[in-house]
Amino acid sequence: MLFQPINRNYHDFSIVRDKDLCINCKVCVRQCSYEAHFWDETRQKVMHDNAKCVGCHRCEALCPTSALLIQKKRSDFKDNALWRPEFIKYIYKQADTGGVLLTGMGSPVNIPIYWDKLLLDASQVTNPSIDPLREPMELKTFLGSKPDKLEFAKTKDGSPKLKTKLAPQIELNYPLMFSAMSFGSINFNLHVAMARAATELGICYNTGEGGLHKSLYEYGKNTIVQVASGRFGVHRDFLNAGAGIEIKVGQGAKPGIGGHLPGEKINAMVSETRMVPLGSDAISPAPHHDIYSIEDLHQLIYALKEASEYRVPVSVKIAAVHNVAAIASGIVRAGADIVAIDGIRGGTGAAPGMIRDNVGIPIELALAQVDQRLRDEGIRNRASIVAAGGTRCSADVVKAIALGADACYIATSVLLAVGCTLCAKCYTGKCPWGIATNDARLAKRQNPDVAAQKMVNLVHAWGHEIEEMLGGMGLNSIESLRGNRDKLRAVGLSDTEMDILGVKHAGR
Amino acid sequence: MKRVYPNKDFCIGCHICELACLTAHSKSKDLILAYTVERGQNGVASSKHVHEGGATCVALSCRHCDEPSCVAACISGALQKDPESGRTIYDREKCVGCWSCLMACPFGAIARHPLEQKIVKCDLCFDRPGGPACVAACPNKALKQEER
Repeated sequence: MLFQPINRNYHDFSIVRDKDLCINCKVCVRQCSYEAHFWDETRQKVMHDNAKCVGCHRCEALCPTSALLIQKKRSDFKDNALWRPEFIKYIYKQADTGGVLLTGMGSPVNIPIYWDKLLLDASQVTNPSIDPLREPMELKTFLGSKPDKLEFAKTKDGSPKLKTKLAPQIELNYPLMFSAMSFGSINFNLHVAMARAATELGICYNTGEGGLHKSLYEYGKNTIVQVASGRFGVHRDFLNAGAGIEIKVGQGAKPGIGGHLPGEKINAMVSETRMVPLGSDAISPAPHHDIYSIEDLHQLIYALKEASEYRVPVSVKIAAVHNVAAIASGIVRAGADIVAIDGIRGGTGAAPGMIRDNVGIPIELALAQVDQRLRDEGIRNRASIVAAGGTRCSADVVKAIALGADACYIATSVLLAVGCTLCAKCYTGKCPWGIATNDARLAKRQNPDVAAQKMVNLVHAWGHEIEEMLGGMGLNSIESLRGNRDKLRAVGLSDTEMDILGVKHAGR
Repeated sequence: MKRVYPNKDFCIGCHICELACLTAHSKSKDLILAYTVERGQNGVASSKHVHEGGATCVALSCRHCDEPSCVAACISGALQKDPESGRTIYDREKCVGCWSCLMACPFGAIARHPLEQKIVKCDLCFDRPGGPACVAACPNKALKQEER
C-alpha cells in the first residue's frame, strides 16, 4: 500500500496468472479498460494490480492461453452477521469520499426470488400434452386495450362483420420485448443490434429515454419510443416513429429518483439524438413536472395519443412499489393501453446502491396484485400488463404470464447475451465489454452483426422452451396461459405470500 | 477471389489475429511454444499486423492484389501471381532477400524475416482446413474472407 490510501488493499478480486500458460502477449493489457493489467518495462513482463480489477472477466474471456483466473479476494474480515463485508467496505468508501455509493445493473441482494418458489403443471393421463414440434403452437401476443365486448353487423350478403372499433395493438411474435435502455447509457452499436434483432424476431425494443437516432427510424415498426421525465429527444417525428409510445414514470432499480447521464457520455451522436449540448450532463428529474396526479397523467396520455393520431397504444411504465395495484388501476383509468411494471431486481446503468437494494418490491408480487386488482375492478381487458425486472429464463417468462402478464420486458438477459458479466460498473462509462460505454475504443467491441445474432438466438431459444412448457401443460396458445394461476403451485411460501400471488401450495 | 478484408469499425485492437497467424505458421502449431520458443529459435512471425491510430485500429496483411507491385519488383522470381487461385505466392527458396518487394508494396504488408534474409507474407493459410487463422480467431468478426 505504499503511497496509497489505507483501505486500498481491501479490494474485491484477485487476478491469478498461471505462469506456465502466460506468454506475455498483452491481450489482457489491451482489453482491460481499468488498467488492472499493465506491461512492466523493467521486468519485461505483464503484471497486474488486483486493486483495480472490477471482476468483469473480459481478460479471462479473451486470454488466448486461458492463463487467467479472476477470483474473489480470499481475505476475510472477522465473521459478523450484522456487519457483513459489503457494509464495512461501504463505510470505508464513504469515509474517504463523502459521496453517494453508485452502482449499476440489478440488485444482487438476497431479496426472495419467487420465480424459484413457483412450479409449473404438466398434463398426465386425463388431458393430453402437446408436442410443439408436431402441432401448431401460438406465441403471438397483442398488446393494447381490448374491447369490453364485440359487436357484429350483417353485411348485404348476410355474412357477419365486426362493428366494434378495435384499439391499436402492438403485435409480437413472442411474449417478449427488449426493455428500455437509452441510447447514451448503452451505445449506438447495441441500439442497432436491438433494432435489427427485434425486426428479425417480430418483437419490439424500447428506445429508453434517450430519443431515437435518425438512422434507426426505419426499424420503427419494431420500436417503442419512450417519453421520460427529461423529455430527451422527444419531438413529433419521434412520437410517430414507433409502434407504441411509453411514458416512463419509474424504473425498478431506482423508484422515486431520476436519472443522470454524465457529460462524458454525451458524444456528438448522443447530443444530437437527445437534443442536449455536447458534453453537458443529461439530468432526468425524479418526477415528471407535469404529472402530479392521475388526472395529469390522463392529460399526458391523451396529449401523446393526439400527437400520434391514435394510431399506436400508449404504455405507462412504473416501478413496483407498495401500492402498485391501486396505482396501476389509476393508470388504466387514465387511459393507458399498456401498464409496464418494473420490479426491484430491474437493471440500470447507474443508481445509488442504497436505492437499488432497498426500494421497491419484487415483480412477482406486484404483477399478481396488479392483475388481480384490474380483474376485480373489471378493467383488466382495458390494458395489457408487461412485467419487467429480473426475468432470467424462459420458465420465468412462463410463470410471469401465468401470474397475469401479457408479455415480459427483458434487458439484463439481453446484455448477458452480448457478453455482460454483471460486474455492475456501468456507471463508470468504461465497460470493457463495450456495452455501457460511448468510448469509441470500447464501443466497437460490440459488432452489431454479432450482437444482433446473439439476441435473435436467445429469443429463439426461449421461444422453443416456452412452447415445450406450454405443450407439456396441454396448452397450444400463450393466450390460454395468461393469468392461469391454476398452472402454478408454490413451494415453501407462507399463506400470506400464496394469498398475494393467488396460487396454491404444491400438493393442493 | 476470396480475400481477407478487415473492418476498421469493429477491430478492437486485441492482436489475437497476430497470435493466430504466428501459431498457424509455426512448426508446433502451439501458441505457447510458438510465441515463447519458436519466435526466438526459428523466427516464426505473424504476417498480420494491427495498425493503430487514435481510437481506430485495423489488421492488415497482403491483399493479394490483381496486379501486385511486389511481383513486378521481385528480382529473383520468388513472388508470383498464381493464375489459378489468384494468390500472390512466395517461393522462399528463390528469395534472395533484396527487399525490393518491401519497398514496392503500397500497403506495407510485407515484412522482413526476423532472423533470415527472407520475407514474411500472408499465404492466406492455403493449406489450413478452416481457412485463414486470423479470420477464425477474430473475437469480434472484424476480419472476413469473402468475394467482393
